[in-house]
Amino acid sequence: MTFELPKKIVLSVVTPERNVVLEEVDEVLLPGSEGYLGVLPGHTPLLTSLKIGEIKYRQGERVRFLAVSWGFAEVLPNKVTLLADLAEHPEEIDVVSAREAKERAEKMLRDPEADFRAAQAALEQALVRIQVAAKAAQAPR
Amino acid sequence: MPNLRDIRRRIKSVQSTQQITKAMKMVAAAKLRRAQEAILHARPYAAKMLEVLNSLATRVDRERHPLLAERPERTVRLVVITADRGLCGGFNTNIIRYASGVLARKERESGSLALDAVGRKGRDFFRKRRFTVDRQWVGIFHKVRYEHADEIARHLSGLYTRGEVDAVYLVYNEFKSAISQKVVLERLLPISALVFETPTVIPDYLYEPTDRELFETLLPRHVTFQVYRALLESAAAEHGARMAAMEGATKNAKEMIENLTLYANRVRQAAITKELIEVVSGAQALG
Repeated sequence: MTFELPKKIVLSVVTPERNVVLEEVDEVLLPGSEGYLGVLPGHTPLLTSLKIGEIKYRQGERVRFLAVSWGFAEVLPNKVTLLADLAEHPEEIDVVSAREAKERAEKMLRDPEADFRAAQAALEQALVRIQVAAKAAQAPR
Repeated sequence: MPNLRDIRRRIKSVQSTQQITKAMKMVAAAKLRRAQEAILHARPYAAKMLEVLNSLATRVDRERHPLLAERPERTVRLVVITADRGLCGGFNTNIIRYASGVLARKERESGSLALDAVGRKGRDFFRKRRFTVDRQWVGIFHKVRYEHADEIARHLSGLYTRGEVDAVYLVYNEFKSAISQKVVLERLLPISALVFETPTVIPDYLYEPTDRELFETLLPRHVTFQVYRALLESAAAEHGARMAAMEGATKNAKEMIENLTLYANRVRQAAITKELIEVVSGAQALG
C-alpha cells in the first residue's frame, strides 16, 4: 500500500475577532516557539505555540505575508489551523501607529520601573508589523 | 379650560421625542447586527481552542496548574459587566440588582469583598454606594476588542494566582435573542467550565514546546477568551435591550400623541360651541 501525500494544505488563520485567511496553499512558514518552521503538504501532526513574528505562505508563485502575535498552530497533513491573538495582512497594518508603538516600547525599555517583558514584547510586535508592512510596499501582487 | 396652544406645544414636544427614540432604535438595531456578527466571528476560534485544550488535557496532569486550583472561597472577586450608557430598559438595573444580591450574600458569609466594574453604569452605582470598586474599565463598549479582554483577564488571573482572591465571578447579561437577555453569574476562576471530554480521534501530535508547556500557555488564553465572550454577549444584549426599550418608547409616544390630539380637538370644539352659545344667547337677549 502506498501513501498518497496531499498536494495542498488548507491554511486557516483565525483570531477571536475574525477569520483572517482560509485558503489552499502550497507551503507555510510559521514562527514556532522553537524557531521558524516550514510546512509542506503531508507534514506530520504537530501542535506548536507561536512567537510574535511573520507568517509566509505560498500559492504557486504568489507569496503572501501576515504579522501575528502570540498564538498556536495545529498542523495536520492537509491542514494548518492557526489561532492568534492578532493577525494582519501587510496592507492592513497601520505603519504610523506601529512606529508610535515602537517608540513607546523603546521608552519603556529605558525606564527601569516599567515591565521589561511587556515592553520587549510590545517592541517585538511593533518591529514585526513594520517589517511585514514594508513587504506589501515592496512586492505588490 | 386648558389652553389649546399649550396642548399643541405638548404634542410637538412629544413628536420630537418620538423622533429621537425612533432614531435610537434604528441605531441600536444596526449595532446589534454588528455585535451579533462579532459573536459569530469568535466561534471558530472558541471551537478550535476548546478542541486543542481538550486533547492536551487528556495528556497532562491538569490539577497542578495554578489557574485550575480550587480553594475554599474566602475572598471572592465579582466582575460586574454593565453598559456604559443608559436608556436600555432594565438592562443595567437587572445586573446591578443581581450583583447587589450576590454581594450581600457574600458579605454575610465572609466579609472581605471588592469588585471590578466593566461599564460606566455599574461603576457609578457601586461607587456612589461606597463599595470598593478596585479596577474599572469604562468606555470599552464603543467597540469591544480582544485587547480589552486580555487586559481584564490578566488583572484577574494575577489576583487569583497571587492568592489575593479565591474565586472570580462574572455577572453579565447573556444575549438570548434580540428581545431577551438573561442575567448570568459565571465562575471565571478557577477554571471549571472546560469540557474535558475525550476527543474522538487524537492525532498523534508532536509538541513544540512540550505538551505541558503548551497547556500552560493555553489556559490563560482560555480565560481571556471567556472574558471576551462575556463582553461580546453583554454588548449584543445591550443593543437588543436598547432596541426593545426604544421601540416601546416610540409606541408610547405615538399613543400619547393620539390622546393629546383627541383632547386638543375636544378643547377646540368646546371653545367653538361656547362661542356659538354666547352669540346665540346674545342675539336672544337683544330680541
